[in-house]
Amino acid sequence: MSALDKYEMVKYEMVVGLEVHVQLLTRTKAFCNCSTAYGAPPNANTCPVCLALPGALPVLNGEAVRLAVRAAHALSCTVNEISIFARKNYFYPDLPKGYQISQFDKPLAEHGKLDIGTNKDGTPVTVRITRVHMEEDAGKSVHDRYQGATAIDLNRSGVPLIEIVSEPDMRSSREAGAYLRALKQLIEYVGVSDANMEEGSLRVDANVSARLRGATKLGTKTEVKNLNSFSGVERALELEFARQVKLIESGDEVTQQTMLWDANKGEVRPARSKEASHDYRYFPEPDLPPLQLTPGWIKQMCDDLPELPAAKRARFANEYKLTPVEIEVLTANPPLAEYFERIVAAGADPRTAANWVIRDVRQVINAGADLATLKVTPEALAQLLAMVQDDTVSHAAATRIFAIASETGEKPQDIARREGLLQERNEDALAGWVDQVL
Amino acid sequence: MSPTAVSAVRDAFARMADVDAGPTGLNCILWTDEDRALLEARAVDVAAAPGALKGVPFVAKDNIATTHLQTTCGSRILEGYVSPYEATVISRLRDAGAVLVGKTNCDEFAMGSSNEYSAWGPVLNPVDRTRVPGGSSGGSAASVAAGIVRIALGSETGGSVRQPASYCGIVGVKPTYGRVSRFGLVAFASSLDQIGVFGATVLDAATALEVIAGRDPRDATSADCPVSPYRAAATADLSGLVIGRPREYFPKSLDARVAERCDAALGLLRARGARIRDVSLPHTDLAIPVYYIIAPAEASSNLARFDGVRYGLRVPSESLREMYERTRTRGFGPEVTRRILLGTYVLSAGYYDAYYKKAQEVRTLIAKDFRDVFESGVHLLFTPTTPSPAFELGAKSDPYEMYLNDIFTATANLSGVPAMSVPIGEIDGLPIGGQLIARHFDEQTMFRGAFALEAACREAR
Amino acid sequence: MAIGPDDVRHVAALARLSVPESLVPELVAQLNGILMHMDALALVNTKEVPATQGVGDAAMPLRIDIGPPIPMDAALDSFAPSVRDGFLLVPRLATHEGAGDDESVE
Repeated sequence: MSALDKYEMVKYEMVVGLEVHVQLLTRTKAFCNCSTAYGAPPNANTCPVCLALPGALPVLNGEAVRLAVRAAHALSCTVNEISIFARKNYFYPDLPKGYQISQFDKPLAEHGKLDIGTNKDGTPVTVRITRVHMEEDAGKSVHDRYQGATAIDLNRSGVPLIEIVSEPDMRSSREAGAYLRALKQLIEYVGVSDANMEEGSLRVDANVSARLRGATKLGTKTEVKNLNSFSGVERALELEFARQVKLIESGDEVTQQTMLWDANKGEVRPARSKEASHDYRYFPEPDLPPLQLTPGWIKQMCDDLPELPAAKRARFANEYKLTPVEIEVLTANPPLAEYFERIVAAGADPRTAANWVIRDVRQVINAGADLATLKVTPEALAQLLAMVQDDTVSHAAATRIFAIASETGEKPQDIARREGLLQERNEDALAGWVDQVL
Repeated sequence: MSPTAVSAVRDAFARMADVDAGPTGLNCILWTDEDRALLEARAVDVAAAPGALKGVPFVAKDNIATTHLQTTCGSRILEGYVSPYEATVISRLRDAGAVLVGKTNCDEFAMGSSNEYSAWGPVLNPVDRTRVPGGSSGGSAASVAAGIVRIALGSETGGSVRQPASYCGIVGVKPTYGRVSRFGLVAFASSLDQIGVFGATVLDAATALEVIAGRDPRDATSADCPVSPYRAAATADLSGLVIGRPREYFPKSLDARVAERCDAALGLLRARGARIRDVSLPHTDLAIPVYYIIAPAEASSNLARFDGVRYGLRVPSESLREMYERTRTRGFGPEVTRRILLGTYVLSAGYYDAYYKKAQEVRTLIAKDFRDVFESGVHLLFTPTTPSPAFELGAKSDPYEMYLNDIFTATANLSGVPAMSVPIGEIDGLPIGGQLIARHFDEQTMFRGAFALEAACREAR
Repeated sequence: MAIGPDDVRHVAALARLSVPESLVPELVAQLNGILMHMDALALVNTKEVPATQGVGDAAMPLRIDIGPPIPMDAALDSFAPSVRDGFLLVPRLATHEGAGDDESVE
């Protein structure tokens, strides 16, 4: 498939809507007490319910509801006081009941939005969220393990998911990427999922169409599946958009179908599928009464939300007078933001603290350390910064001290003394520091 | 001195050998394990705990999960399948000291009204072996009627306990939807299914229901509603009780002998102090169309799990598609196939609104009929259980004609109210039952009426 | 609304049942014989009537997020038709190929 020329790129506009599945961080499955732990031997985490043995019945996990509502609030959705579970019927060997318990015409939450960046004029770029609904995961089919057979592992069968459906509000692969990054960040902020695409706890399907720039009507869309990384999403969308534009330019029509992204070959190709065969025969799940949530509880869940990324960014700009780039890095995830704020709380200058976190702390983290187990506490780092501030140690020495401290966990002043990094004339100042600490 | 569990179980197996076995037997019991039953009976005999059903043998319909006997639902697709877990109702009966002695024949996946649709052959009516015992819980009803056991579990979706109880001359109870846990009941139509009990007498049925009723955390549709002591409802005096006689259940076309037996029973109830009032449930005639949309629709989904992947029959094939189709085609009988096709059709794109959604709306009207009549001061309703006594084997070949057997019973399943059948007499030597219907979760009043009716009928004979 | 032979073939395919051609006319007749009686529903005015949603007024009970699972007396390989290394085996499907080519991985 050849790339689009300039003329085609100006003439046509990409329209994208995304459907994102997020695995909820519960201990047990959505409808049974089986563990959701990853990596168990095949079919070890199964029971009569998730094996769909005759006579077994689902019972909903309250924690899954709590996490789903939390995510819905984070996306500014209206949470419905009554939502209905429905059966989505289709045959597949990793779908034990022959139907997936999902939600259809009365989902958990609707009408949300997500800001994914800022326009040149400073206004936010917003993607509308159509709905957030709860459903259960299917099992795993392994196709390449045995000759002539597909192997089914139902450990994942029944793991709780939310599906977040966006409106077709994105106009480029770049916007789609920004949406996914913002969504992943939000999900991590509110702690409802690992949101890890590589491990499958965040999965993306894209609906994409092409239309003449300026047109108001949507073109025929295709659904692109099997997107397994953010960069893959962007590349797949570019390729699929180009394919559609070439079709239209040559006078053909785009047919509504499912496409598969092949990351190894770097191509998008049609899934082998017969037309009109998807008739899911949705109907309300008779084994589960309607889910009723009280207005008070729904509000409580909203009040329980932590500070969300947008609010944190605004506050960082306000309180610490940092640059947008610095803010972006520091608010990437709540632990990093908290680490930064604790340095400041321990008396460090925000700009200096920001520089250190962005350069030195992240270097250690990128090298494989975990912020939670980082041996240099924010308070220790604040001390080190104070030592630089009053010339007890030089900046270069401080960098070395930090590197050593991150290995050993020793106090900065101990390292400074042992390594002979103190600047002579400030022996007194150090003594003062030691007194303070003791 | 009551008989020991061991001797009661021995008697049950002896009776089974007499009436059930062999080519001329009733064919009501499919799976047994006498050694195991005796082992359990011995354990019950040495146990100190009293238990409401201590030492009482019982049988359960073949669609209720049991861990030592097969659970095939009368279907080839589950031939040889032994459940690795046990239904809540079975556990509760065993905890009360009862001993499971067999699994009973039924229409395949509980779809049928004559017990002729079992993969394991028809059950004969113990009263007249040329006739059907009713269905779908025909094996359970016949087991009680034939004197093998006094208590049996069945399941109801549209009348599958009450109708065979009527045909076999015993007591059959469908509790309120949500009263008894469905955990372990192989689903036919989840919003209609409810486990029910058969008893040789009202007291037997009341005792068994008391044991199995009550909330179960493993069934999200089981109700958290206190269970009354149903046995204590036994009383001779019905004064203060208002019993409705819904005119739609006594149409002009009703067999005059059935109407006559029912009115005689109403006379007996009046004699005991009840007031009888004519009432109307105007949407009754829509129950069968509504039922035969909702039940097959849910069934088509519930039976999707029988795919040859995890348990039961698998017909080996080259491709998965072929494996699915061959397994399901060989595994399911014609009536089940018919209902899966019908149910798939009414849920399929373009037909959902006209059929399934419409049926669920009309169902609301049927339920409202009951609410209205009970809110008007009526405590109980009395109707015939079935339009006729047991028919002859092979007499009904048209599917819809068979479906009309449920005409007086399906309404209770659609609205969820409790209902039971009590023997009220005979027509040409064949038993016929009268139906008592109460408001949601008021099994207590239903049993009050049933105890009185049973006593009055006994005296009147 | 009458059901035709193509409808029967279509729903049979959806339900993974193979209906031999010789049986199609009989099934068409039987299903129409049943559906005919359903037409009575179309005459009922249900404009203001909500569809029944489950039976009874019970709200959804919620489980706490803790084990253990419902125990099983027997392991999967004691009742499953084909098990290897703990996996359930079915005839081979190519990656992302559907069961009979018409359902891809959802």
